Amino acid sequence: MAHSHKAKHYTGLMDWLTTVDHKKIGILYLVAGGLFFLMGGIEAILIRIQLMYPDNHIFIGDTFNALTTMHGTTMIFFAAMPMIFAFMNAVVPLQIGARDVAFPFVNALGFWLFFLGGVMLNVSWFLGGAPAAGWTAYAPLSGIVDSTIKYHGVDFYVVGLQIAGLGTLIGGINFLVTIINMRAPGMTYMRMPLFTWTAFITSALILFAFPAITVGLVELMFDRLFGGAFFEVSKGGNPVLWEHLFWIFGHPEVYILILPAFGIISEIVSTFSKKRLFGYSSMVFATALIGFLGFMVWVHHMFTTGIGPVGNAIFAVATMAIAIPTGVKIFNWLFTLWGGQITFSTANIFATAFIPTFVMGGTTGVMLAVPAADFQYHDTYFVVAHFHYVIVGGLVLGLFAGMYYWWPKMFGRMLNETLGKIHFWTFFIGFHLTFFPQHFLGLMGMPRRVFTYQPGVGLEEGNFISTIGAFLMGIGTIVFLINVIATSRLPQNAPADPWDGRTLEWAIPSPPPEYNFKQTPLVRGLDPLWKEKMAGNKEMTPAEPIGSIHMPSPSILPLIFSIGFFIAGFGFMYHTYSVAIIGLLIMLLSMFLRSVFDDHGYHIEPEELNDKGVKA
Amino acid sequence: MSAHHEVGGALPPHAETATLEGKNKVMGFWLFLGGECVLFGTLFASFIALRNQVPDGPTGQEIFQLGTVALSTFILLTSSLTSVFGTMALHRGKLNQLLLWMTITILLGLAFLGLEIYEFKEYVHEGHVFSKSAFATSFYTLVGFHGAHVAFGVLWIGLLIVSSFKKGLTVVTAPKFYVAGLYWHFIDVVWVFIFTVVYLLGKVGP
Repeated sequence: MAHSHKAKHYTGLMDWLTTVDHKKIGILYLVAGGLFFLMGGIEAILIRIQLMYPDNHIFIGDTFNALTTMHGTTMIFFAAMPMIFAFMNAVVPLQIGARDVAFPFVNALGFWLFFLGGVMLNVSWFLGGAPAAGWTAYAPLSGIVDSTIKYHGVDFYVVGLQIAGLGTLIGGINFLVTIINMRAPGMTYMRMPLFTWTAFITSALILFAFPAITVGLVELMFDRLFGGAFFEVSKGGNPVLWEHLFWIFGHPEVYILILPAFGIISEIVSTFSKKRLFGYSSMVFATALIGFLGFMVWVHHMFTTGIGPVGNAIFAVATMAIAIPTGVKIFNWLFTLWGGQITFSTANIFATAFIPTFVMGGTTGVMLAVPAADFQYHDTYFVVAHFHYVIVGGLVLGLFAGMYYWWPKMFGRMLNETLGKIHFWTFFIGFHLTFFPQHFLGLMGMPRRVFTYQPGVGLEEGNFISTIGAFLMGIGTIVFLINVIATSRLPQNAPADPWDGRTLEWAIPSPPPEYNFKQTPLVRGLDPLWKEKMAGNKEMTPAEPIGSIHMPSPSILPLIFSIGFFIAGFGFMYHTYSVAIIGLLIMLLSMFLRSVFDDHGYHIEPEELNDKGVKA
Repeated sequence: MSAHHEVGGALPPHAETATLEGKNKVMGFWLFLGGECVLFGTLFASFIALRNQVPDGPTGQEIFQLGTVALSTFILLTSSLTSVFGTMALHRGKLNQLLLWMTITILLGLAFLGLEIYEFKEYVHEGHVFSKSAFATSFYTLVGFHGAHVAFGVLWIGLLIVSSFKKGLTVVTAPKFYVAGLYWHFIDVVWVFIFTVVYLLGKVGP
């Protein structure tokens, strides 16, 4: 779309590199997260190929360790997180009736930091070898430095995650302020759609959890690069400190991941049942309670570390308590479906399949919360099965549901429903084939992170089925990609409101114009669009007359700053301090330019708004 | 939107939150400081866990010189006061007073940094180097993180002062000075905890 503005406008690649539009940043997050998801998926399939038969010798030793480490790290930090941010960017401002996020520039900076952090982690494959100390990078294993200085491994993990973590942190602050300050008139807290609520709580968790991992990573970096002694026992250091710091972050991270999926499911189940979400207030309260309790359970990852029975017992009870608000959510979804006019679109199939699958993962979670039992399960495939049930069976099904649901809003095109259903059934059956047998493998004593097993101890069938399932999940993902490519060739003709939606994002065209709302809408209740529809109105009642709209200017500085950080990271990693200083100077220069040259943005005038004639 | 405010016109009361951009900036900065609390909290936790882990190096009791540290504390807390005077001048719309107080603030910050560098040099002379013990590593990390925050604050406020010669005091620059004041208070509060937990407890504590 070409407009005649005084402000600089880029097209093509430069448009994407300089954009500060939350809808485009959402697409960037989705594409980048999707690429990392494919890389993590390929790593998963390689792991399963190695474990297909006993005594396999395809990926052994360090190669296998690198595969499991990179699979876990990539999937958590560079696939799941960005896809959550993709939906937060694409949907939250629309759901609260805002024209933009609070800090468009910071939003872009958050994306580029995440992206270059992910690139940094993954170039390790070509620069001496990927990190191989597990995605949890426990000291002292992660503190071992290669004396030949050829293998940097964990350095890539440490520096890459710091860069990406800073991006995530500022992204979280951006969404907190957006939701607090930018809501449309009438959009009170208790009228916010549940996805916005979960985005809000998740952002708060990000704000308070990410600094802990940042400090942990800094300490590990100081030990590895500058001879520090945080985790060096001979100098009085303490490796258990790393475990605490990692999990004080790591457990809230689990809820950072799953809460937005809960939000997506809530939106979809309600829309496709043609009913208001059952127990809205209890859903909000349960979300907040899960977020709060999420900070008090980290030691359940460390029951076998030797904290002692009192500590273990306290954290066990706190962990079990989380099942209560989670159960509240499960029942609310079931009661929303109950008596509804249910449409099983692909989005809703994913959403309803999420419910029993997540319950299975939650149940094994409560089993693992019992310390005495956990001593048996710890570090076995039972744990692997558990967290894949909650992360893949929970989060990934939720993300796919969200993609089918919001794809028309993000891209202006509907995804194909037939391909969508093929995608669902292959992925869903593949998922259960992969991970259901792993419960039993774990109970039979198969340890996680070990690259092979012996024949004749009863582990062959389970592992073989698991690998077949992994291939099936891969096929499902390929079907999804075919769906994306096939539909991208069709005309951009999605209706504004394809699902008979209830919330504000469906009140504006698909995809929305850059300013989202020509006039800020007046919100008159929960499910505001549905409320207007029931009152016989075709669109939202505006809360303001048509006027000129202020927009922020695009900027290349977020990318430059992130590249500076990237260069500085390499400089420190290779002890080439001149390079590190160049990187730091690039960062400082970007900050200087941002501070000195104020962005006055530009205005879209009412005449231009009328020219476009955008009406749903 | 209220971003149309005339540059150079009379400032509205509480200029830092007069525009939506200003409101967002102040709110976002408070939240950022919340994250910073966790950051320093974690650094403190690491230090407290490792402060007595001194296999064969000097202990805090042997090397800390409370005289220098007390002087640093006095200087930094005074700079907090001067930054408040700056914020009060901001609320009165007096650019010259604001710049004067902020300049004094960063000069005090520089004095603090000078003393810290001198102090660290003394410690290194006495064999208390970064890689000596877990105590030394966690000490330099915690106190060094704080020092880096002070240094960044000096650069940042310095830049705000210089660029305000041209820009003046507007609804765009007012939030910047205001959040810089918040930041400065925050690093002073952190220092109060460092003084207590690191130095006082190191000298007399268990």
